[in-house]
Amino acid sequence: MSLNDSVTLTEQYYSAEDAVLVLEDGQIYVGRPYGAHGETFGEIVFATAMTGYQETLTDPSYDRQIVVQTFPHIGDTGVNTEDPESSKIWVSGYVVREPSPVVSNWRAQGSLDEELVRQGIVGISDIDTRKLVRHLRSAGVMRAGIFSGKALLSEAGTLVPPAALLARVGEQPPMAGANLSAEVSTQEHYVIEPTGDFAGKEPVATVAALDLGIKSMTPHRLAERGCRVVVMPMQSTFADIEAVGATGVFFSNGPGDPAAADDTVALLRQVLDARIPFFGICFGNQILGRALGFGTYKLKFGHRGVNQPVKDLTTGKVEVTAHNHGFAVDAPIGEPVLAPYQDGKYGRVRVSHIDLNDNVVEGLECLDIPAFSVQYHPEAAAGPHDASYLFDRFVDRMRQTATTQAQA
Amino acid sequence: MPKRTDIHSVMVIGSGPIVIGQAAEFDYSGTQACRVLREEGIRVILVNSNPATIMTDPQMADATYIEPITVPILERIIAKERPDALLPTLGGQTALNAAMALGEAGVLKKYNVELIGASLEAIDRGEDRELFKQVVEQAGAESARSSIAHSMQEVDQIVAELGYPLVVRPSFTMGGLGSGIAHDEEELHRIAGAGLHYSPTNEVLLEEGIEGWKEYELELMRDRNDNVVVVCPIENVDPVGVHTGDSITVAPCFTLTDREYQNLRNIGIAIIRGVGVDTGGCNIQFAVHPETGRVIVIEMNPRVSRSSALASKATGFPIAKIATKLALGYTLDEIQNDITRSTPASFEPTIDYVVTKVPRFAFEKFPGAEERLTTSMKSVGEAMALAGNFQESLGKAMRSIDKRHMGFSWDGPVPDEEEVAGLLEAMHVPTEHRYLQIQRAIWGGASAEQIFAATKIDPWFIAQFMLINETAMAVRKAKTLTYALLKRAKKAGLSDVQIAHLRGLGDEGENTIRELRWTYDLHPVFKTVDTCAAEFDAVTPYYYSCYADETELRTREREAVIILGSGPNRIGQGIEFDYTCVHAVQELGQDYDTIMVNCNPETVSTDYDMSDRLYFEPLTFEDVLEIYEAELQMGPVKGVIVQLGGQTPLSLAARLKAAGVPILGTTPESIDLAENRELFGDVLRREGLNAPRYGTALSLEEAQQAANAIGYPVLVRPSYVLGGRGMEIVYDDAQLRTYVARALEEAQADMVVSGRLPSPLLIDKFLSDAIEIDVDALFDGEELYIGGIMEHVEEAGVHSGDAACTLPPSTLSDDQIRRLREATLAIAKGCNVQGLINVQYAFMSNTLYVIEANPRASRTVPFASKATGTPLAKAAARIMVGETIAQQRERGLLLPHGDGGEVRNGQPVAVKESVLPFKRFRTPIGRTVDVLLGPEMRSTGEVMGFDRDFPHAFAKSQLAAYDGGLPTNGNVFISVNDADKRQLPMLAVRLVELGFTIWATAGTASVLRRYGIESKIVDKITSRIDSAEAKVQHVSGSVGKNVVQLIEDNQIDMVLNTPNSRGSRSDGYAIRAAAITADLPQFTTITEFQAVLLAIEAVKKNDYQIMSIQEHARELFALESE
Repeated sequence: MSLNDSVTLTEQYYSAEDAVLVLEDGQIYVGRPYGAHGETFGEIVFATAMTGYQETLTDPSYDRQIVVQTFPHIGDTGVNTEDPESSKIWVSGYVVREPSPVVSNWRAQGSLDEELVRQGIVGISDIDTRKLVRHLRSAGVMRAGIFSGKALLSEAGTLVPPAALLARVGEQPPMAGANLSAEVSTQEHYVIEPTGDFAGKEPVATVAALDLGIKSMTPHRLAERGCRVVVMPMQSTFADIEAVGATGVFFSNGPGDPAAADDTVALLRQVLDARIPFFGICFGNQILGRALGFGTYKLKFGHRGVNQPVKDLTTGKVEVTAHNHGFAVDAPIGEPVLAPYQDGKYGRVRVSHIDLNDNVVEGLECLDIPAFSVQYHPEAAAGPHDASYLFDRFVDRMRQTATTQAQA
Repeated sequence: MPKRTDIHSVMVIGSGPIVIGQAAEFDYSGTQACRVLREEGIRVILVNSNPATIMTDPQMADATYIEPITVPILERIIAKERPDALLPTLGGQTALNAAMALGEAGVLKKYNVELIGASLEAIDRGEDRELFKQVVEQAGAESARSSIAHSMQEVDQIVAELGYPLVVRPSFTMGGLGSGIAHDEEELHRIAGAGLHYSPTNEVLLEEGIEGWKEYELELMRDRNDNVVVVCPIENVDPVGVHTGDSITVAPCFTLTDREYQNLRNIGIAIIRGVGVDTGGCNIQFAVHPETGRVIVIEMNPRVSRSSALASKATGFPIAKIATKLALGYTLDEIQNDITRSTPASFEPTIDYVVTKVPRFAFEKFPGAEERLTTSMKSVGEAMALAGNFQESLGKAMRSIDKRHMGFSWDGPVPDEEEVAGLLEAMHVPTEHRYLQIQRAIWGGASAEQIFAATKIDPWFIAQFMLINETAMAVRKAKTLTYALLKRAKKAGLSDVQIAHLRGLGDEGENTIRELRWTYDLHPVFKTVDTCAAEFDAVTPYYYSCYADETELRTREREAVIILGSGPNRIGQGIEFDYTCVHAVQELGQDYDTIMVNCNPETVSTDYDMSDRLYFEPLTFEDVLEIYEAELQMGPVKGVIVQLGGQTPLSLAARLKAAGVPILGTTPESIDLAENRELFGDVLRREGLNAPRYGTALSLEEAQQAANAIGYPVLVRPSYVLGGRGMEIVYDDAQLRTYVARALEEAQADMVVSGRLPSPLLIDKFLSDAIEIDVDALFDGEELYIGGIMEHVEEAGVHSGDAACTLPPSTLSDDQIRRLREATLAIAKGCNVQGLINVQYAFMSNTLYVIEANPRASRTVPFASKATGTPLAKAAARIMVGETIAQQRERGLLLPHGDGGEVRNGQPVAVKESVLPFKRFRTPIGRTVDVLLGPEMRSTGEVMGFDRDFPHAFAKSQLAAYDGGLPTNGNVFISVNDADKRQLPMLAVRLVELGFTIWATAGTASVLRRYGIESKIVDKITSRIDSAEAKVQHVSGSVGKNVVQLIEDNQIDMVLNTPNSRGSRSDGYAIRAAAITADLPQFTTITEFQAVLLAIEAVKKNDYQIMSIQEHARELFALESE
């Protein structure tokens, strides 16, 4: 029901036992409290994956976002300590249809409900999530708040009226223009040594991975290919990168508006100037786009799912990929063009990947300097592993560059 | 990569008759394939022996051959039509095996036909156990430890190594036929022995037992650019040990994390690549250990399967259609997603609802069959439901099964400790009753741990069952049924009827609950199946209901006609009714918005682009009424068609009408005139027609009185099914005593009061030696149009659904046809039919008896339509919306003059033969159940033989129905009852002249000798159905072997075994069971055997005539205009 409809703002259609989701445009959904009780705010977005809620919740890119799960049953497999993509849950709020009453999986170590409570994540369940998603699809993402428990009661002990809840939502800052990387980035750098067949061996390459909200699967994917990965705080300087002996630089995914990340863009330009092989994912792709002189823009409702068809324009092959982005790079699809920044200082660049659903730019490849990036998530977690070849490609680039330099 | 330009004509092979494990889903996939090919401008040559399919409609292909799917016949069609390519992946295992056989016989090479969709090598790698194991290994995955055996000796060696339990799987069989789990040597020898026989390559795979593991399936597609997508994961609620076709399954997966799911996905992709399915779909099954997560790849099907039909309907991703496009060279990204029309097919559907499939069984049709569910599929149909959560979708799917006492129930007292203990014990063995046992046990206080220990069903599902029970208890105990509680009950999947029972209101309480619900304005909403969890706007109106806030229905301009489908396939109500519904949709769609309601995923009618709107919903009064109410808000509704979907929708007619729903065509009152025995008797009396005498009885005494008044033999049946006992032909008082005693025993003990049954037995005069006839006709209130007159090959007494029949009738005189026409007109008029009517008649001593009338489409409508080239169901749909037969003649739907009842000189003959599933059903000791045909229908499907005369058409029908068809020489075993012995000599003489050697029992041989006919004598064998022991009696002059041994030694080619008409009919059982196991043609009536002889003789003289139905239609038209 909407506050903008004929329903009067003073009418009470929830009680103190309910949870209430209020959208910026006045839509209101009444359900049951899930996870922690209280209030929370964020940009409300929907995620369509049928598996991997634990990875979703712990993905730093969801910082300050309220996530709506389209899959009806959430929490079935509980939580474990192996699958999180970072050290904590990042979503600011959680919206689901049916939380699982039990946990059923041989790897489970606890229930999701308890984990949400432990980490203070306010959620709501038992609402028509499909109605909500259809609304977000047509109206676009927006700010929202979830209220339950004491947050629904005034100091006098009466129910807070909907209009007051709506006003609270309106007070929150919007996502556009937000620079959130600092919030999610590591404070200290840390190292992940090669694993698997490469464990204990001389690293194939040393990657400086700038943490803009990195998921733990990403350095893992590099480490299992023999890389030594130094995960660095987002405030790191080019000197810091040189200091760790990086033979390659990686910029991770992360939350926020790329247009508000000028310092990070400047840092990348130094990397490109130095011709150090570069690979970027998601936010890292947007930073490369901006470094090359392209613009970025906010999508109406973003891509958040694990079933997106991305076409590799070089090979013509389609991969099914995991996405989580609300912004995209504005670059021309088709023939390579000269990168606009400083009259083509970085040479030719082409859009290497596109999303077949809506033709959004999903990858950039520089033809004259060793840099490429994708907008989606080859590290998956959650999602299909179709695009893991991109890590191989990055490792190859670093090897080639090393060989060329050795010969030179 | 665009479409290939070098393919101009494609041959498509269908799946033949409906059998267990291969049902209407292949009509769905084949129809999609034909439509795609024709849209692409390709000439389509279709071969399928099953006339009850949409795919064999003349407009679906350029040349349609309703012919047996055998190599010689396929070769003749290939030689005639010279297709560029053969597409074998959409007609189930039948088509795949046929393609393999054509390849091996060199036919494909000879005529330069390219196999598209899958190569012979890929089929081999997917289906051959040993090759497939290598593929799995190369994919970095594990198969169950196993070995291949080609003989019983090898079997014994392998078990010494792997131990028990051992799973036995024959190679190259469909639906898991012949597979099973052996727990000891005796079981092993039986299952492996049969498996070695069924496998065309005589090999079986023996593997470590993984019973109780979690079971999953993935549906994948791959294009020639090596793009792969997973259309849908499916989780089996029943763990490994029950065939997926017999399991309750859900989509997507519920109990795997992303890492575990992605692991299955990676393995699946590696396997589809390794097997080399270049263009098309495949299905891969996995087992996952519930405690360690160890993954074992069970098997793959390198083709479109039943599961792909399910996945297509579950997600809206049309696998068969896309597989066809891929075979033509398109790539996934070049194909549009029909549902969004803005995104490509190279994505993986994601769903925001829950899909549940529930199988439907027919054990009651096979007395003596063991009800244990195994890895060999036994269900005859399935229903699927979609809803907002698991509980609601399970509830909807269970009520879609349309079988009384098959839903959760809390009637009667709470189960006590003793009963719970018994239930927990019983549920160790998976049967169709297991979920009801679980629910009752939970009601009686069993814990989740106890249920898990007994069933190994994942605790997540058990928790859901417990929640349903909790909600039911809340409904039962609440003082008042509040809005919140009622909504909770609906979200838990409880129907109004179930809620009424919980409130102690009984069946009638359904109306009370609905009225209360409506007072609260609590209606289901309708959501769209959109492949993308609402990420994109869906164009296709494919809906499911659930209890939530927002409905997505759109308003309409045109007047709508709602067509109710037939629900899950079952014996007696199958694909034929889907055929008639689809025809109505096709025809009425020209002038109305057609709205299809059905819950069977194996159908063409539930293809989202057949009708203007599709509701995938249960066919119950509650669900249909909600659809009607919802559609009424969206635009004008002309009414509901109930007479095309068989008995299921017909039985809703009266209540729908009472609730204010307009019923199109024959009114509910008129339906009652035909269905109610008393009222129908009045109609017949008024019209001066005879019916067999009948009576009813509630006790033995009454039964004997009735039977004696009518005169033996009588046909006895319960007025509703009592514990699965069906009809029986009863010849004397003694047999009647046994029957009534059993009926009393099987009626629930508390319902029997002093030897009286709770509901009456129906006792009819049984017409011995009568000719039975089926007539299908149209009536518009004025004019009668006979669709077809079908004469049964067997005498009356064999259920019309199991009998072979011929059109035009083979022996009826002009006068008899005239009498049938007059009687049909009188009945149609008397019952105020508007639309279709089917009447069953019998001529006994040239007296015409009316056996019964059904004021609806019958099973024979598709056959009659194909045989006469007239779309009867389309014309019927027009009549139901108020048009006349004359208008249909003008429209060209019906012949301009005359009708399908006329016999024209030179008219080709069509013979329908039915296909029986006896092989699937085993007694607890492992024998097949008895194969005698009787008044209870047991066939699952049918084939049509179409040729220049009856003998050729009959021979063709046998070839289509039974592997190998009729033998033209060899050894015939004969054992006939005394009544048949007079007719035997003539037949025996012909057999000898045709070059057969006769083997007989001593009694039969003695009769033959007196006529100077030589035969070899075999030992006598008697055995009982419930005993493994067969008593062999050595007879002097015999060859020293009994017939069962001879059959097992492959020394017999055909069996004629007519049972004694009196007694238990179990005398010949061992013989019939052996013949079934060996796949021998066997005949149990003399009349059919006469047809057999004529057929063999005809085929020996002249080969079959191979003609497409389009050519036939031209000939028929020419005859018509003469």
